[in-house]
Amino acid sequence: MAEVRDVSVKDVEEAIYKLALEAAYHLPEDILEAEKKAYEREKSPVAKKVLETIFKNVEVSAQEEFPLCQDTGLAVIFLEVGQDVHFTDGYLVDAINRGVERAYKDGYLRKSTCHPLTRENYGNNLPAIVHTFVVPGDKVRIIFDAKGGGSESMSKVQMMKPADGRDGIIKTVVDWVIEAGPNPCPPVIVGVGIGGDFERAAVMAKHATLRKVGEPSPDPVLAEMEQEIYEKINNSGIGPAGLGGLTTCLGVHIEMEPCHIATLPLGINIACHVNRHKEIVL
Amino acid sequence: MAEYKLTTPLTDEDIIKLKAGDVVYLSGVVYTARDAAHMRMVKALDEGKELPFDIKGQVIYYVGPSPARPGKPIGSAGPTTSYRMNPFAPRLIALGQKGMIGKGKMSDEVKQACMKYKACYFASIGGAAAVVGSAVKEAEIIAYPELGPEAVRRLVVEDMPLFVCYDSYGNDLYEMAKKEWAGKFSLA
Repeated sequence: MAEVRDVSVKDVEEAIYKLALEAAYHLPEDILEAEKKAYEREKSPVAKKVLETIFKNVEVSAQEEFPLCQDTGLAVIFLEVGQDVHFTDGYLVDAINRGVERAYKDGYLRKSTCHPLTRENYGNNLPAIVHTFVVPGDKVRIIFDAKGGGSESMSKVQMMKPADGRDGIIKTVVDWVIEAGPNPCPPVIVGVGIGGDFERAAVMAKHATLRKVGEPSPDPVLAEMEQEIYEKINNSGIGPAGLGGLTTCLGVHIEMEPCHIATLPLGINIACHVNRHKEIVL
Repeated sequence: MAEYKLTTPLTDEDIIKLKAGDVVYLSGVVYTARDAAHMRMVKALDEGKELPFDIKGQVIYYVGPSPARPGKPIGSAGPTTSYRMNPFAPRLIALGQKGMIGKGKMSDEVKQACMKYKACYFASIGGAAAVVGSAVKEAEIIAYPELGPEAVRRLVVEDMPLFVCYDSYGNDLYEMAKKEWAGKFSLA
């Protein structure tokens, strides 16, 4: 029988605290690299200027006085828990929320959670949204995603018809991202979830936005679809900030799972050009 | 594409020289308001009350800034998505508002109001919030402090870089730019 490993939730709280602060002020390297490559290829002078402003923004933010974006997001956490882990020193989700609350207070990050109907702001950015997966082993992997409201609002789940197939999926994603246009702060990263069921399609789509930008899916069929969608979106002309150009999308990432014979669920989640996510393994 | 330096409050003369695609460096006072503040302002008008500031000639910046660090007037302050203010903007434009600053598309009603009452919608770069925040010289909450990031603030800005997105002639920079660059990625 495998040994059970104790992990203190206090360590989880500290990890969340650090990841939240780092995410708010430091853009992931792979995104910056993708933006620099796009800059080299870009032909529109306005788009080049917008990308230069984005690079300057990354520099200003790294001095940790101004977050990358004023919308420091809802705290979305993907938690992969090894099945041999035993959490000690309290309730895991309380610890996650404490880490989020402290980071958003100490880091001068915007508190963006509110009552859905009265719109009263809770003032603490809680609760965090936690997706937990049980995996083999005795480690805990934490991915922190600071998800902004502008790009999140340009996302959707559509229950497609099985007959829509590959081409129907491609058309739906491309049309949707083009319709969103300047709203989700292009250049965007497009996460797509195909299959599973209604809610799995959405979770896969969001999880897909966290992949290293532009790294193709290991499934060659999906990799080909990613490339086709990527080219079509970048041919839209929308450009950085929607002001025209060749750089509308930095990457398209697809995840797929089996689905019911009667369904073809499709999730589309858009991440903006400051796609803030950081991870750690405990 | 021309470049202009403008100072608020704006006049009809300022507005009519602007064309979609022009760059404006805006200085002076701008007021912040997002969804929650707009709902309250429109409710005040419905009840026959005054707005928290004189809207004639003013520019409203759609932003909910992050908290200011000690010694700074404001935190990061990039534009929020403007379409959520579609239900409110035409009414305020009719009362004399001359400009909105935000990102993303607005409605045909907003375009029509810009033409009818001489106003402009200015696009800022979403996600360039640290750059904009560091350019704000003064910030003061003047209404609805309980809304936190959504409170109405009076900002003083200097040379805030903006793109004229909807001008007073019905032009739309987003549509123009898209048309100009569509289909060119594959050729690059």
